[in-house]
Amino acid sequence: MRRLLPLMLVCAAPAFAQTALPPAPYADRQLEDPAQEAKATALMHTIRCLTCQSQSIADSNASMASDMRSEIRERIKRGEEPEHIRAWLIERYGDWISYKPTAEPILWPLWAAPALLLGAGGVLAWKRIRHKRKGSA
Amino acid sequence: MIAETGLAALWLAAMLAGAQLVFAWMAVARGAEPAQRLIRPIAVAQGVLTCGAMALLILLFLRSDMSVYLVAANSHSLKPLLYKFAGAWGNHEGSMLLWVAVISASGAAVALFERGLDKRTHYATLGAQAAISLGFYAFLLLASNPFARLNPPVEDGQGLNPLLQDPGLAFHPPTLYLGYVGLSVAFSFAVGALLTREVNARFAKAVRPWVLAAWILLTFGITAGSYWAYYELGWGGWWFWDPVENASLMPWLAATALFHSASVLAARDALRAWTVMLAVIAFAMSMVGTFLVRSGILTSVHAFAVDPTRGTFILALLGLYIGGALALFALRVHTVNEGARFEPVSREAMLVLNNLLLCVILALVLIGTLYPLLTEMMGVRVSVGPPYFNAVIGPLTIALMAVLVVGPLLRWRKDDPKAMVRRTTPAMIAAALALIAVIALSAGAIGWLSALGFAAAAAVALASLLPLWKRNLLRTPLYTWGMVVAHLGCAVSLAGMASESAFSQERLAAARPGEKFELAGYTVAFDHVLPIAGPNWTAMEATLTVSRNGRVIGTAKPQSRFFADPPTPTNESVQMTRLGGQLYLVLGDQLEAGRWQLRIWWKPFVTFIWAGGGLIALGGALALIGRIRRERRHKAAPKPARERFA
Amino acid sequence: MKRSLILWIPLAGYLIFLLVASLGLNREQQTVIESRMIGKPMPGIDLPAASTLSPALSTKQMADGKPRLLNIFASWCVPCAAEAPQLTQLAQRGVRIDAVAIRDAQKDVDAFLKRYGNPYQRIGLDARSTLQFYLGSSGVPETFVVDGKGIIRYQHIGYIGPQDLDTIMTKLREAES
Repeated sequence: MRRLLPLMLVCAAPAFAQTALPPAPYADRQLEDPAQEAKATALMHTIRCLTCQSQSIADSNASMASDMRSEIRERIKRGEEPEHIRAWLIERYGDWISYKPTAEPILWPLWAAPALLLGAGGVLAWKRIRHKRKGSA
Repeated sequence: MIAETGLAALWLAAMLAGAQLVFAWMAVARGAEPAQRLIRPIAVAQGVLTCGAMALLILLFLRSDMSVYLVAANSHSLKPLLYKFAGAWGNHEGSMLLWVAVISASGAAVALFERGLDKRTHYATLGAQAAISLGFYAFLLLASNPFARLNPPVEDGQGLNPLLQDPGLAFHPPTLYLGYVGLSVAFSFAVGALLTREVNARFAKAVRPWVLAAWILLTFGITAGSYWAYYELGWGGWWFWDPVENASLMPWLAATALFHSASVLAARDALRAWTVMLAVIAFAMSMVGTFLVRSGILTSVHAFAVDPTRGTFILALLGLYIGGALALFALRVHTVNEGARFEPVSREAMLVLNNLLLCVILALVLIGTLYPLLTEMMGVRVSVGPPYFNAVIGPLTIALMAVLVVGPLLRWRKDDPKAMVRRTTPAMIAAALALIAVIALSAGAIGWLSALGFAAAAAVALASLLPLWKRNLLRTPLYTWGMVVAHLGCAVSLAGMASESAFSQERLAAARPGEKFELAGYTVAFDHVLPIAGPNWTAMEATLTVSRNGRVIGTAKPQSRFFADPPTPTNESVQMTRLGGQLYLVLGDQLEAGRWQLRIWWKPFVTFIWAGGGLIALGGALALIGRIRRERRHKAAPKPARERFA
Repeated sequence: MKRSLILWIPLAGYLIFLLVASLGLNREQQTVIESRMIGKPMPGIDLPAASTLSPALSTKQMADGKPRLLNIFASWCVPCAAEAPQLTQLAQRGVRIDAVAIRDAQKDVDAFLKRYGNPYQRIGLDARSTLQFYLGSSGVPETFVVDGKGIIRYQHIGYIGPQDLDTIMTKLREAES
């Protein structure tokens, strides 16, 4: 759990001042509509914090993360779709900002990996078992 | 003098390790009689010397000897005794010395207590162990000397980081190291057995206690680390798929697969080559884990204990050992014959499936962790995080649980498919009932993965107890109890995870003292906020009165704490554990107009996650004790009793 | 033959890992996130005045034929104070600099400008990092070069030291053409 220390050092708000203002309105306030709030929360958990780079903005104390939470909640409240907001952020920060790997061609191998590994492993295991069966018959 | 003695002991131990390697080679390749006699005493002497060196380093820390660089850089005379003690391994050099000490101590243990293995394999194993130690001696003595002097000595050590002063942090890393070292012993056994072509049930029985012990420590370490992150970070998350977490998870996955396949090999003399392969993979993963954490290759946030030259050294060792072992495997494994045969419906086949799933999960964790590095080299920066890991590992875990339901209920070698269906019917019914119950309870608003998680947990919970059915519980062997408890632990942990992800409730508020908040039937009254001071921190402390149905059930005092030196703010969250879950309370920043940020979560059955982890570790411990006792009894009355897995 | 080939697969996979790891170890670690907005038009946003000493900023009016710098700073940010002399020097060389103060308070910005100098023509207040998100900017300080057509041409991440002045001037000249 070594990672926690630097995180707390970097991300803690008051010590390394990151703001002179109180947090944005929806940084830590839920949306009134629970369905919208659920959408916003789900999205926030998949957006990477720019300040403390190994947390999502939903788990971060950094001021920029709380501003981004507020931005996302406000946009959801206006009726914007989560995936549209994600695309908007990716357009500005690149794929890095999304913890959810996108459908870019460079990420195809990553999405194919589970099927490939299971397939190859399954074939290998099945061959061994069947081979043995024949041998014993 | 203490530091010089310690250093001398290390050099001597390194030379002994060299001698051990040479003698082992002579003993195995040429059958040289004097070499054979010398190997074991040398291994024991090496263990004594390195443990002595470690003790001396601890002594230096306890005495706050500021003429030693390591002490001056990592300790302080005013530090509490416990942290002076733990400070000895709370840094790179000290932790490497601890690593070496544990490796050679376990080498000594292998030399002293291992009796079941044939002589040549035993020598080859000790030789492999010496070869591993030598690499770490070189690392320690050439690149990270823990006993280096500081000239002139300083008045006192550098400021003590208050965050490091946590019992969790003091003992969490060494627990993981011990686990890693246990896997290195398993690796040595595998290399020894490959060298002498003696991959058989005796090898499996010799290797199993080490794998089990390592696995117990890893289970414990991961569970504790997860709980620590949960209460310390203050956002209620308990697993983040962070590279450092993944680094500890991968060896655990490999070790889990390894001791299951070693059990097949020990009981049935099947899966010979595969078990050897897994032993290599398990040690490789612990080295990869160390490499990922120490080299800082993946996350820039891990700003300390990170040094690319150290990374290079670990990578070189990794390349040498694992590359060598894999080449040996490829060259030698055809001499290992296949072992006993089994049918597709048999306990062996289910254990093969277990191994397959665990290895696929392991590979995906590894690929997911390294993928961003790969794309970065191609000029694209991406993030692979929880959405990916949950999506691919979740379903595989459910599948693994399904195998866990069936496997222990099958016979070895060959079983009747109809009997399999009959025996697993109760578990299937439990799964169906649980599925219906959670869907009804959540009014259909539940993710399919969580719902399946509940179903799998119910099935595993029931099925894990079935091996005890109609058995005399007092005469059931301890290792069978171990299996039952560990599998039950999986169910408990899985239920906790599913419940946390499906039914958690959140309340964020800009609260003014005097206000009340309702969540999940609990009323949290925000009474007041007062400043408070500790030995090296100041804090704002909120007083929250929690009540349910009008009855006060307790007061929580979460703090927004600020450490002075170095300036570090933390949120000290409060967890109120109730029968049905935990209330998680955090005091955040001060807002305008006398308001405070308040975060309240209700997390039903969240403690099951770690309780399950504890059960799994306990099950492992029972199995280990059971196996060792059985071996003892066998030695006392060596009757060729046929071993049963359960 | 086929079977013995399969046996070498683990070693091959492992060598790939070693290759990736060793290349990764020797690469230059990038910790900053670069904006994807280079080459795209400046997002147009009206910001209120951050200070009583300079007028408010609207990024809609940046296409006025001449390049400029857009400096993202804050009074609470230490490196921003450290780069102030370099910005002053740029302003003395005739560079037009607009600024955005992030999550700042007017009195703090005033105090900051009085203490470290005011090289800015206009200063907008970005109370909730909104413009930062539009710009793909990930922290303070950062400086963007915007050309006369309002296109973002260059992003400098972090503090501008004396050694960076030449680069900034070159980028500004490039933006002129």
